[in-house]
Amino acid sequence: MKLTHILSAAALSFAFSGAAYATDINGAGASFPAPVYQAWAAAYKEKTGNGMNYQSIGSGGGQNQIVNRTVDFGASDAPMADDKLASNNLLQFPTVIGSVVPTVNLDGIGDGQLTLSGAVLADIYQGKITKWNDEKIAALNKGVKLPDTAIVPIYRSDSSGTSFVFTSYLSAVSPDWKSNVGAATSVQWPAGAGAKGNEGVSGMVKNTKGAIGYVEFVYAAANSLPTTNLVNKAGKVVKPSVPAFMDAAAAADWAGAKNFAASMIDTAGDSAWPIVSATYILLPKNPNNADQSAAVIKFFDWAYTADGDAIAEKLHYIPLPDSVVANIKKAWSSEVKVDGKAVWTN
Amino acid sequence: MDATLSGTEATTALKAAHKPTGRISDPIFVGILWGCGLLVLLLLGLIIAMLFEGGLPALREFGISFLWSTSWNPVTEKFGAGVMVFGTVFSAVIAVIVALPLSFGIAFFLTEIAAGPLRRPIGVAIQLLAAIPSIIYGMWGFFIVVPLIAAYVQPPLIEWLGPIPLLGALFQGPPLGAGMLTAGLILALMILPFITAMFVEVLESVPPMLKESAYGVGATTYEVYRNVSVPYGRTAMVGAVMLGLGRALGETMAVTFVIGNATRMSASLFAPGATIASTIANEFPEASIGSLKLQSLMQLGFILFVISFIVLALSRMLVRSKLEG
Repeated sequence: MKLTHILSAAALSFAFSGAAYATDINGAGASFPAPVYQAWAAAYKEKTGNGMNYQSIGSGGGQNQIVNRTVDFGASDAPMADDKLASNNLLQFPTVIGSVVPTVNLDGIGDGQLTLSGAVLADIYQGKITKWNDEKIAALNKGVKLPDTAIVPIYRSDSSGTSFVFTSYLSAVSPDWKSNVGAATSVQWPAGAGAKGNEGVSGMVKNTKGAIGYVEFVYAAANSLPTTNLVNKAGKVVKPSVPAFMDAAAAADWAGAKNFAASMIDTAGDSAWPIVSATYILLPKNPNNADQSAAVIKFFDWAYTADGDAIAEKLHYIPLPDSVVANIKKAWSSEVKVDGKAVWTN
Repeated sequence: MDATLSGTEATTALKAAHKPTGRISDPIFVGILWGCGLLVLLLLGLIIAMLFEGGLPALREFGISFLWSTSWNPVTEKFGAGVMVFGTVFSAVIAVIVALPLSFGIAFFLTEIAAGPLRRPIGVAIQLLAAIPSIIYGMWGFFIVVPLIAAYVQPPLIEWLGPIPLLGALFQGPPLGAGMLTAGLILALMILPFITAMFVEVLESVPPMLKESAYGVGATTYEVYRNVSVPYGRTAMVGAVMLGLGRALGETMAVTFVIGNATRMSASLFAPGATIASTIANEFPEASIGSLKLQSLMQLGFILFVISFIVLALSRMLVRSKLEG
């Protein structure tokens, strides 16, 4: 009896996977949103039976693969340049919003007890401020006892969207940083040491007294890392929190942004966290296979529903504002076409 | 059992052995063997050609100064191999300097001193070091060795040796833990089994008569080692060291974990640096097709290939000259 049970279960699951395979979609790219894409994929499969395979290979890899059309969609943390989107016939849209937070290792200073500003962060990462009891840091932290320890800046050694967001912020707040270093997925760091991935940066910070690093909030929250406050554009001290990220997202200029690449770096607003950014999907406007393309759109259409938002929020990602989602849906139905016919309509 | 065959059985067996099909199958077999051999050459050639062709645009853009330029700036797209070439050679040389005396000691201990029952376990343990995947060395280095070095090795060295002129330049900077020295130490452990295994082989090939004679005239163990065994195998030993060097040059994952990944030039042993392999591992995933960055990475790969090739060719030449002579 038991054996027949197992056999029939095996046969069933085989048939099921066989059927599901036909509509499985494949995506590849950014590692930052990988946890939420994978969680969405699992929930979506349970609900509809359609699978989504996501390979977390890095934003550059995701861009390469979608340019070569080896996957159904690509994913990238840094938005693709407008001319590159046009020449490769790609539609770009954001999925979720994330943020980057500084994390420190200082004796006697716990989570949320230290406050830094963008200019100070830029000076630390340029090796201009080398001690924790520097007067520029002390000025922001009245009443906090700062140790006479050397500052060890830690950065991401692998090129990553996180570094792109962080260096974009430093470029926005420090003209010095902008002209000497600049913003990119990897830069020529003037000081400090690099470690691979969020886990490498947080591991190195944990191991080194006086170290400061930057990680995605998602990662810091999951591992309860000690983070710092930042002074935002309005001059207010903000703590990294989901409402602070949402305020930054709401303050962004979505209407004026081309290809949905709205900057959420250093936005105005009293309670906005200054290092916030969206992560993007790249979808061919002229897909080879209309069914696959429609399946991708259906997947993300579901991801924007309350179900998808709940999953994203549980993982500390920020869902997009509703007005932005409405515009994305408009772009899907008007721009993704096979033989002049839209593959998906709302 | 009757082992002899009857007349008819023997004839059938002979016929089976000399089936005419053998005349067809044998050339096919030889052909397959040729194919296997040529495939290696073809693959090697294609890889070199691919790296060279892929990196050529970078060389055209930056000229020959790409080889020593110390700029690696993805923002302004100014790339040069100087820092990485220096880091690759520097860390590999540290590794060899650390591994060499250890290998000598272990190899001589195994061949001359260790008693039978002890010899096998130590020999196997060293072979097992070679079987540990490099990512494991990287994790161990990152979580165990780096904090230990940062806490107990670097602070006293920086304090005592740092102020000395000239020599002090090797011991500058904050005690990060990760850096050239740590990378060299991990690499030393990784190349130790290779160098030791070849040393053991060389020492075992020393004719017993030479050693017995030396012991016979009253030489001590050290004197036999110093004056008989090592001079006998010197060339092959140099070859073994070069082989270890070659392996250290291309090591990727373990080094990426512990070298600190800074594209800045520094003479200090404690300063974070980068090797060619670690830079490729770090930058490759985000380099987009047709970008100058990807082409520069390809060119870096080609340079590493050339350096490794020279080192390996040298080591083979030295090892062979000994075996033939």
